[in-house]
Amino acid sequence: MPLLEVRDIVVRFGGVTAVAGVSFDVAEGQICGLIGPNGAGKTTLFNVISGIYRPNEGSVRFDGHITTNEPRHRMAPLGLGRTFQNLALFKSMTVRENILAGAHSAGRAGFLANALRLPHARAEDRAARQRAAELLALLQLEAVADLPVIDLPFGTQKRVEMARALISRPKLLLLDEPAGGLNHGEVDELATLFQHVRQSFKLGILLVEHHMSLVMRVSDKVVALDFGKKIADGTPDEVRSSPEVIRAYLGDGHGDAAHAA
Amino acid sequence: MEAFLLQLTAGIATGGIYASVALAIVMIYQATHHVNFAQGEMATLSTFIALTMIQAGLPYWMAFAGTLVVSFVMGALVERLIMRPVQHAPILTHVGVYIGMLLIIGNLTGWVFGYTIQMFPSPFEGGRPMLGGLFSAHQLGSVAVTLAVLILVYLFFTKTSLGLAMRAAAYNPRSARLVGIRVDVMLALGWGLAAAIGSVAGMMVAPIVFLDPNMMLGILLYAFAGALLGGIDNPPGAVMGGFLVGILENLAGAYIVGTDLKLTVALVIIIGVLVLKPSGLFGRVVFTRV
Repeated sequence: MPLLEVRDIVVRFGGVTAVAGVSFDVAEGQICGLIGPNGAGKTTLFNVISGIYRPNEGSVRFDGHITTNEPRHRMAPLGLGRTFQNLALFKSMTVRENILAGAHSAGRAGFLANALRLPHARAEDRAARQRAAELLALLQLEAVADLPVIDLPFGTQKRVEMARALISRPKLLLLDEPAGGLNHGEVDELATLFQHVRQSFKLGILLVEHHMSLVMRVSDKVVALDFGKKIADGTPDEVRSSPEVIRAYLGDGHGDAAHAA
Repeated sequence: MEAFLLQLTAGIATGGIYASVALAIVMIYQATHHVNFAQGEMATLSTFIALTMIQAGLPYWMAFAGTLVVSFVMGALVERLIMRPVQHAPILTHVGVYIGMLLIIGNLTGWVFGYTIQMFPSPFEGGRPMLGGLFSAHQLGSVAVTLAVLILVYLFFTKTSLGLAMRAAAYNPRSARLVGIRVDVMLALGWGLAAAIGSVAGMMVAPIVFLDPNMMLGILLYAFAGALLGGIDNPPGAVMGGFLVGILENLAGAYIVGTDLKLTVALVIIIGVLVLKPSGLFGRVVFTRV
C-alpha cells in the first residue's frame, strides 16, 4: 500500500476550479516532485494534503488513515510534516525553540505534569532537546541555535523550518518550494540534504518546486499539473520528454524545447 | 535620604504588584492582540474568594494555593465560554466584550461580597521592619512572592515544552496548528495562567490598599502603563515596566505631584509612551510590509 494516496481531488474557489480531479501516489521512502506552471494548482493540492483546505471532492489517505476530515493539529502526530513557501516560523523565538515547538505533538505529558516538572515530563523534554541538538548539527544550524529566527537569512530560516518538521519524526515531509529564494550553491546543498534526510529518517518527501533541475535531480518520481489536471506522472526522464509537459511550459510550436524542461 | 529610600522601597513593593498584573495583560495581549480590561476585576474576585477561604478557617497558604487553582479554572472558563465564540469577530466586538466583562465581574463581586471595605490578612504580619527599617515585613514578603511567581513563569515559558508550545500558539497559531499544537487548549491555559498570576497580585496588594470590589481599578491603570512602558509585546519588558511605574509613581507622589495626583502619573506615562515611543522601552518595532 502506498504511503500517500491522493484520489480524485477537486477543489473549487467560487467559480474557479483550482484542482480538477487529481490522483497520484507516493510510496514509502520515495521522493516525489510536484511540478507545473504558475497557477497549475500545486500549492492548492499541497494544502489539501496537509489538511489546510478541505477538498470539494475526493480523498487523501495517508498511512492507512483517511485524512481529508482530520483537524489540522492531528496531521503532525499522524506523521505528516510540512514547510511553507513563505515560511511560517515563530519569528521572535530562537532557532532551538522553534525546532522544539515541533516536538510538542509527540509529547504525552499533560499540563500538570509539565508545570510540576514530573519525571516523565522532564524525560520527554530531555529527549526532545537531544533530538533538537542532533537536528541542529545535521542542518548546520549550531552556530545560530540561540538567535531569534527573525534576524537570520532566508536560506537559514528554511533549514530551521525543515528541522522543525523533522523533529516530530514524520513519515512524509511536504516541502513547499524549498529552493525558492536560494542561490546556486545553496540549491546544490539542498539536493544533498534531501538524500541524506531520506536515508537517516526513512521518510518520503513530496516537494512542490519551480527549480526544475533540482526536481529532476532528486526525485524518484515526478507528477506534473497544468490547469488543475494531471498531465504527466512518471520518472523524471519520462516526464521531461512528455509532449504535454513541454507544451504546458513552453506553449505550442517549440520543437527544440525539450532541453529547457 | 532615609525618606527617599523609604519611598523607593515602597515603590518597588507596589511595582511588583503592577509587574504581575502587567505580565497577565501582556500574556493575553500576545495571544489575542487585545488588552483584557477585565484582568483587574478578575483578580479582585479571586481575592474575595481567598478571603472567604481564610474566613472559613483555612490556613493562609492553603487558601493561597486554593485561590490559584480556582482563578486558573475561572480564567480558562472565561476563554472557553466568552472569548472563544467571538474569536473571529471584529475588534470592536472584543472591546465591547472586555468592557462588558469588566462591569459584569465587578458588579457580581460587589453583589456577592458587598461593597464594604474589608481588611485582608498578610501572611508576613507581626514581623518588625526589615533591612534597616526600609521594608515592612509585608512589603518584603510581597516582593519575594511576586519575584518567585515571575521567575517560575519565566522558567515555565522558556524551559518546558508546554510553555514553548503556548508561546508558539500565541505567536503564530496557523503554523502552531500544523506542527501539532492544540492552539485552542493553549489559549485556555494562557488565560488560566494569566488569571492565576493576577490573583497573586490581588492577594499581595489587598493588605495594603484594603479589599473592595473596585480595588484593582487603579492598579490596572498602573499595570497597563507599565506594560506599555516596557513594551506590550515583551513579557520581561512589561515586568520591568511594572516595577519602574511603581517606583516613579511613589517618587512623583512624594516629591512632585503629591499623593492626590498619583494616578495622573500613570496616565501621563500611558499617553507619553503612546506618543513618543509606541513600542515601549524594550519592545520590538513592528514594520508592516505593504
